[in-house]
Amino acid sequence: MSQIRPLFKREFLGYFRSPVAYVFLVSFLVISVSLAFSRYGNFFKNGTASLESYFIFFPWLFMFIVPAVGMRLWSEEKRAGTIELLFTLPITTLEAVLGKFLAGWAFLTLATLLSFPMALTVGFLGQPDWGVMAATYLGAILMAGAYLGICALTSALTKNQVISFVLSLAACAVFVFLGLSSFTTTLESILPVSVADMVSNFSFVTHFEAFTKGIIDPKDVIFFLSLMGFTLFLNVVALER
Amino acid sequence: MIEVTGLVKTYGTKRAVDDISFKVNRGEILGFLGPNGAGKSTTMKMLTGFIRPDAGTATIGGIDVTVDPVAVKRQLGYLPESAPAYPEMTVEEFLCFIAEVRGFRTAAAKRERVEHVLGLTHLNSVRSQTIETLSKGYKQRVGFAQALIHNPPALILDEPTDGLDPNQKNEVRTLIKNMAAEKAVILSTHILEEVDAICTRVIIIARGRVVADETPAALRARQPGARLDEIFRTLTA
Ligand SMILES: Nc1ncnc2c1ncn2[C@@H]1O[C@H](COP(=O)(O)OP(=O)(O)OP(=O)(O)O)[C@@H](O)[C@H]1O
Ligand SMILES: [Mg+2]
Repeated sequence: MSQIRPLFKREFLGYFRSPVAYVFLVSFLVISVSLAFSRYGNFFKNGTASLESYFIFFPWLFMFIVPAVGMRLWSEEKRAGTIELLFTLPITTLEAVLGKFLAGWAFLTLATLLSFPMALTVGFLGQPDWGVMAATYLGAILMAGAYLGICALTSALTKNQVISFVLSLAACAVFVFLGLSSFTTTLESILPVSVADMVSNFSFVTHFEAFTKGIIDPKDVIFFLSLMGFTLFLNVVALER
Repeated sequence: MIEVTGLVKTYGTKRAVDDISFKVNRGEILGFLGPNGAGKSTTMKMLTGFIRPDAGTATIGGIDVTVDPVAVKRQLGYLPESAPAYPEMTVEEFLCFIAEVRGFRTAAAKRERVEHVLGLTHLNSVRSQTIETLSKGYKQRVGFAQALIHNPPALILDEPTDGLDPNQKNEVRTLIKNMAAEKAVILSTHILEEVDAICTRVIIIARGRVVADETPAALRARQPGARLDEIFRTLTA
């Protein structure tokens, strides 16, 4: 497992070796902040000292932005042929999968934490509940990991980055839409309520919402963590086949 | 050191490698020859554990590649065809990364290895250039440097002199020859003089099968007076 470190380091620094990282971080902040200030977010109008209107869009935002980070993870290695170099180094597939995933996750965590000036603004203007804020950040980071697990998996399936992005987007969208009320009502009309309930239980929106209210429910934490574990397991299988 | 028995690989309905067996001892340099698409690269990929053979076994230092791939990879230096490397890294960053994964963890040990191979392959002038901006020959040298960094007992080189200028070709051949005393080396090539220049043994494969496995002298003796390329043509036709 000590082999994860050099792999992580190369991958994480790799984001900053090209303009990708800077373009990504800036666009992420611009989009997320402007959504909060838009008439859908009502950052000022709702008059509460919280970041709820900022984080409310995260499941949607991540749906687009995480595939952009995840699409290159394996596709790029396959296209450039460096995968042959990587897998003839003395590492196991699991170490490679973890090294890459953790690097991507660390990068997304950095992007999420860069919104901290927003939190400070709120702190300056009013008395926010810092506990709720911390829970929300935790939820956002866990959710980013779950999205990234899905994207890493789809990226391992193809050497074409465009296909990888579209597949990832579609897969992530499924996990968002499962929680929409209009969608669940439709489900309930065709499936037994218990089954429909179970399906909508897989929604990122539902699980993330609890965090934004300051509730750290072990159920939600386990949901995101086990989704990561499962997708990473499939990632190993996909690469070893 | 390297032992291959009954290796088979099929892609769809095409047998890329069809029951190949051979052995390479320490001190030997095996030249791997054959027309395009003969199955040279595919055989090497199976030897290095990158792809799984459909049948047969490959062992390096007595360890089966499919049983303990990591142990095998530790003993191997491999230069894949067309020398892939991370384009956005500089030569030095890339070699440092390889050294680290190869187990040189302290800054001093890493530095020592990287400096050593940079010198061996004459890469000092481009050490802080990103790999994507290198010319083909220099890229090839980076691939070669990467394969040598841990001084492995077995070297597998897929067309190591491809794209090098005549001086560099010579240099690389001399380098391989000088290292070969305590190593087992397999190299594939399309340059027949290379066989005479450095190989102690030649294997010619065609359509996935071994058609000749002998010393360069024995190969010449097949048709006394004929040029090597004529012998090659008769064997692979
Ligand atoms: N991934 C693959 N899918 C399908 N066929 C493949 C694949 N890789 C190789 N082949 C086929 O296997 C055969 C052997 O290919 P290989 O690359 O081993 O040849 P080679 O001897 O290295 O040729 P060259 O001298 O051109 O490098 C070829 O017919 C090739 O088309
Ligand atoms: Mg080849």
